Amino acid sequence: MKITEKPLETERMVLNFGPHHPSTHGTLRIIMELDGETVVKATPEIGYLHSGFEKLGEDLDFNQYITITDRMNYLSPLCNNVAYALVAEKLMDIEVTKRTRYIRVLLSELSRIADHILNIGMLAVDLGALTSFLYGFRLREDIYDLFEMATGTRLTTSYTLVGGLMRDLPEGYGKEVNRVLVETDKIVNDIETLLNKNRIWQDRTKEIGVISKEDAISYGLSGPMARASGIDWDLRVKEPYSSYEDFDFDVVIALNGDVFDRYLVRTEEIRQSMKICRQALEKMPSGDVIIDPGLGYSLPPKDEVYNSIEGLIYHFEVTMPNRGMMPPVGEAYVPTESPNGELGFYLVSDGTRTPYRVRTRPPSLMNYSIFSKLIEGHMLSDAPAIIGSINVIAGELDR
Amino acid sequence: MDQDYIKSNVLTTTLESAINWGRKHSLWPMPFGTACCGIEFMAVLASRTDLARFGAEAIRFSPRQSDLLIVAGRISIKMMPVLIRIYEQMPEPKWVISMGACASSGGVFDTYSVIQGIDRFIPVDVYVPGCPPRPEGVVDGLMKLQKKVGKEKLSDYTTSNTS
Amino acid sequence: MPLAKTFSFIKDKFPESVYDVTESSGEQIFHIRSEVVRDVLEIFKEKGFNFLADITAIDNLTLGGFERYAVVYHLLSHDSLERVTVKAYVAEDKPSIPSVEKLWKTADWQEREIYDLFGITFDGHPNMVRIMNPDDFTGHPLRKDYPRLGNKERDDYPVIKPAFKRK
Repeated sequence: MKITEKPLETERMVLNFGPHHPSTHGTLRIIMELDGETVVKATPEIGYLHSGFEKLGEDLDFNQYITITDRMNYLSPLCNNVAYALVAEKLMDIEVTKRTRYIRVLLSELSRIADHILNIGMLAVDLGALTSFLYGFRLREDIYDLFEMATGTRLTTSYTLVGGLMRDLPEGYGKEVNRVLVETDKIVNDIETLLNKNRIWQDRTKEIGVISKEDAISYGLSGPMARASGIDWDLRVKEPYSSYEDFDFDVVIALNGDVFDRYLVRTEEIRQSMKICRQALEKMPSGDVIIDPGLGYSLPPKDEVYNSIEGLIYHFEVTMPNRGMMPPVGEAYVPTESPNGELGFYLVSDGTRTPYRVRTRPPSLMNYSIFSKLIEGHMLSDAPAIIGSINVIAGELDR
Repeated sequence: MDQDYIKSNVLTTTLESAINWGRKHSLWPMPFGTACCGIEFMAVLASRTDLARFGAEAIRFSPRQSDLLIVAGRISIKMMPVLIRIYEQMPEPKWVISMGACASSGGVFDTYSVIQGIDRFIPVDVYVPGCPPRPEGVVDGLMKLQKKVGKEKLSDYTTSNTS
Repeated sequence: MPLAKTFSFIKDKFPESVYDVTESSGEQIFHIRSEVVRDVLEIFKEKGFNFLADITAIDNLTLGGFERYAVVYHLLSHDSLERVTVKAYVAEDKPSIPSVEKLWKTADWQEREIYDLFGITFDGHPNMVRIMNPDDFTGHPLRKDYPRLGNKERDDYPVIKPAFKRK
């Protein structure tokens, strides 16, 4: 009997992928059923980083919870800060100053650049290309320096307050941003030169993990995942928040919905974000970065607190239990366009100084839920490519 | 043999310090990065704060190949059994760095599902404070561990109390 | 505006199942009974609310409401750029509600999350098991009567001693 007459038969093998695996970027676990090297069925298991964010939010007041939001999506903490400040302001019906809004836009877009560049770098590392990760991280360090100038820390920024910002941008910030943007342009071009026409890169990413338009809507995908599948949906344009309507930029859309297109969307979005940053710097209005403390919703400037008795009393008034920031009874939901997609916060208030319920709409959870469908029929080695292109952030996924 | 030859070719030392010298300058870390600290640990490895300068750049994702466990990030109740198993799989001698507030004490997450410090369950050698620590802090922690490794006694390893 | 039309259409179709329509922070909230939630959401989907942005739940223990739990659906229409919140109230003694997993796949994991954290079961869901907490976890942490520090789950692990004596 010739060997070729009968195709090789293998028993199905169950493979445990994670929860601690180099390409899972933290804590994901996938139980895969394999036929040879082809994945027949994949069951993702999540919750390995479940930290009780939402329970914790019920015990912290509105400004305290902002420090917790940093730790949610730790690739772009400023976007989380902004989103939470926006929902608290909507609940309390606060109008922040124009300068506040512009600074929020500027820093959100810088975090978007940092997030996308790390995502592209990690995707490349998982597929065996270390260089673009090192290039990308050099840029990320530069952006960390910008965050450090503005907020005082590299990663856990806690920059926003309800009603404004912790402090104003330092002197000469625009010049530094412009310098980093020039650098960004160079590094993005370098990475594109390395990857776009690279034969191995194309083989590993093209027609891998294709998402159709219908699936994208049914699975609740948003952000670059949805836009790579041809859905024209960007909350910055469709439901502008924080003065995004003042800026001129393009929504990046790709049509194939595979890993390669998601990579292309992210690189092009970096360029669009640079455009927004430049416009924000150009048009930056002057003025305060916090609303009038007389309204009872914001803390007085630190200078007054330390140097005058009125300021100190006023600070206590705002921060004491049963005093200060009391929102009306009600609820609010604010969606924002985070680097991963629609990041929404849903607050329910019962009129006390702590929220009754804090819910985060985590884009990672929705984006990751399509994974088991995407990997079916692909090779095992495509799993890191698909996970990388989804950009799952475990802190946001499990909360 | 003449005196000059011995002077230029023979080094006298104790076995202990020779072994410790070798161990402390080639720590092979296994990063158990779960959250924000994992991202900062990436920064430690990347170009600006190059961990290769301290002989610890050989990152191994298999516990059986490494002797330094760096726990970076919060450990949830679902993750703790995994961490214990990984710790037990590592061959002796092994050391543990607890990187960041969450791994050391639970940090800001005083909730039902976060372990309030991994040292409640597994031994920790060096704690690095910060939320997350700066890369320089991690490098400092590694240097402190190197000092500790350098002072270890070989006689300690003979008395086993694995029961 | 499809929103107002859809409201009146649903009110006509299920007159005794709609509690109220309110507004908070500029957003319309549609309060309904839990039994009809699948039919109501199907109507919303037909009327153009094609995107289920979020599902969550609230424990109304001290807040007050029509029932103990409310399951909250945030719907979005990609065409008319409108959002609507649907709140379906679930009784305390038998916390269960029809699943909408057949309408939107995104409901799969989110309904499991609500089951895990609130203990509300979803009828017709293909895989109703815990998602965030370990399988042997008892209790539902986001209920208001569950303590934030838990019931000692986080202290319940073996203590590993170093295998060798260390100074």
